[in-house]
Amino acid sequence: MTTTTQAATAERPISSVAARVERPQPPSALSASLTLGWRSVLKIRRIPEQLFDVTFQPVIFIVMFVYLFGGAVSGSTTQYLQFVLPGILVQTVVMASLYTGISLNTDIGKGIFDRFRSLPIWRPSALVGALLADSIRYVVAAVVCLGVGMAMGFRPDGTVLDVFAAVVLVLVFAFSLSWIFAFLGLVMRSAGAVQGVSMLAMFPLTFASNVFVDPSTMPGWLRAWVDVNPVSHLVTAVRGLMAGSPDAGDISWSLIGCAVLIAVFAPLTVRAYRRRS
Amino acid sequence: MTALAIEAHGLVKTFGENRAVDGVDLAVGAGTVYGVLGPNGAGKTTTVRMLTTLLRPDGGSARVLGHDVVDDADQVRRLIGLTGQYASVDEDLTGTENLVLQSRLVGLSRTRSRQRAAELLESFDLTDAANRPVKHFSGGMRRRIDLAASIVVTPDVLFLDEPTTGLDPRSRGQVWDIVRDLVAGGTTVLLTTQYLDEADQLADRIAVIDRGTVIAEGTSADLKASVGRSSLHLRLADEAQSDLAERLVAQTLDTTPHRTPEAGVITAPVADPDVVADLMIRLRAEGVRIDEIGVQRPSLDEVFLTLTGHAADDDTERTAA
Ligand SMILES: Nc1ncnc2c1ncn2[C@@H]1O[C@H](COP(=O)(O)OP(=O)(O)OP(=O)(O)O)[C@@H](O)[C@H]1O
Ligand SMILES: [Mg+2]
Repeated sequence: MTTTTQAATAERPISSVAARVERPQPPSALSASLTLGWRSVLKIRRIPEQLFDVTFQPVIFIVMFVYLFGGAVSGSTTQYLQFVLPGILVQTVVMASLYTGISLNTDIGKGIFDRFRSLPIWRPSALVGALLADSIRYVVAAVVCLGVGMAMGFRPDGTVLDVFAAVVLVLVFAFSLSWIFAFLGLVMRSAGAVQGVSMLAMFPLTFASNVFVDPSTMPGWLRAWVDVNPVSHLVTAVRGLMAGSPDAGDISWSLIGCAVLIAVFAPLTVRAYRRRS
Repeated sequence: MTALAIEAHGLVKTFGENRAVDGVDLAVGAGTVYGVLGPNGAGKTTTVRMLTTLLRPDGGSARVLGHDVVDDADQVRRLIGLTGQYASVDEDLTGTENLVLQSRLVGLSRTRSRQRAAELLESFDLTDAANRPVKHFSGGMRRRIDLAASIVVTPDVLFLDEPTTGLDPRSRGQVWDIVRDLVAGGTTVLLTTQYLDEADQLADRIAVIDRGTVIAEGTSADLKASVGRSSLHLRLADEAQSDLAERLVAQTLDTTPHRTPEAGVITAPVADPDVVADLMIRLRAEGVRIDEIGVQRPSLDEVFLTLTGHAADDDTERTAA
């Protein structure tokens, strides 16, 4: 054993291990969150398959819905595209926010979270960092949807600024919604369970809305839900912005929805995160 | 042993019915290496997690450099470094990225972080792997990057949970050297291990824990004295002769022999290896047939047999190697 030890010493330059490096002031909450967000971005870069649901999936949805239902619903595929694209944009980004919970659930069991928790940083920064990095996925989803839509003939009547505002509104909504899934990701035992429950919530939110069809032909009880569904308000707001006729009412409703989601779920999520150790 | 770097009084942690840590007391002098020795499931990791503020104790209290691990957790986190039992680096990131991430999180500037990462990779012999994702690292490389990540800034107290389990002798030697360097620089180290040998090489004092309690504490010399300087290992050709052989061993060596879980194997502490020659003569005279006999340094198994009266692994999944 002694010989091995000596051999190892001889090969290793010991200099910098023993030299004392003083600990600086711990980073601010923002800086720690951004650093941890950077970690998630690096992970996306390393495993680009994570982007499937925000790249191929919306393409398939747009192509399928437009050519499958376009003629039947609106009489022509071009007209339906004009109607459905903002809806699919919202649906894709909202669906993408579900992934937050699943990835958090898998990530948090790993040893690296122990290390984060043993550091003198603002506790929720790992959480906030992950949510911020997910915004990048939402941007990718939005760009893909708009790109494919435009290629197929979608033409927004609004200005570039209107379209931009519409995309930002969707991103803000997805960020707010991702707190719910982050919460589920923290309180549920397995990633599979998170996926199951989230999906269950996802269907009434996205399909029972005005994403795909005008709700005027729906039965009363369903319309009642569609009318209060925050996703419907968001879709109407986005349609308005893209058509160049923004509706202040729907935009405000969407933003209020965001504020409520964050006000309720951010504290719950942070509490669940603190407990989970 | 003037100032205490770590003190724990009656630490308790229960998981449901299971008292994983059941009243652990520890006193670790500043600037020393303290070994916590125990088999699988003894409660080592749980103890470390409480001392590093990751788990809240259900009873008792602990202080690190005078700061309470519950009430003053943030202050404790500013003083410690931790290398967990399971890889606590990001598998998907490269060596450099992991160290830069860690450096940024302790508050080093961007430039300084990159510099420090390069420095550490060099010292830990990982420069070639700097740009490879950690998931492609070998076990030894993972352990080293993990250790490097906990010393991006020099911790006052460093916790290492089984830093060398699963490493080959060369990598183990490297980890030992790193620990010695850190201690020379003034860091206090608490390390857990399943190997007596490791505690022996590194630790100034050792606590042996089993089923959540400290069953022995002292210097490595103290511990070894309790099991004899060396130990006899006797395997009988015919296990039916076990009782006779046990009696002869007891009389000749003047100690209490132990039967291991393996049939026909007897171990016993030996104060003076010379007496073993007498034992062999007596065994022959009484017609006891020997399959194998040896005098070895005491192993963790024997420390356990002696201290607890049960084998280290008789109620756990894996043998403590
Ligand atoms: N999160 C947990 N939930 C339930 N039981 C746990 C948990 N963590 C540990 N235990 C139990 O507590 C006991 C002590 O476990 P611990 O991990 O502290 O042992 P250890 O000494 O580190 O063992 P090893 O050498 O295998 O790492 C075991 O019986 C284990 O099953
Ligand atoms: Mg352990």
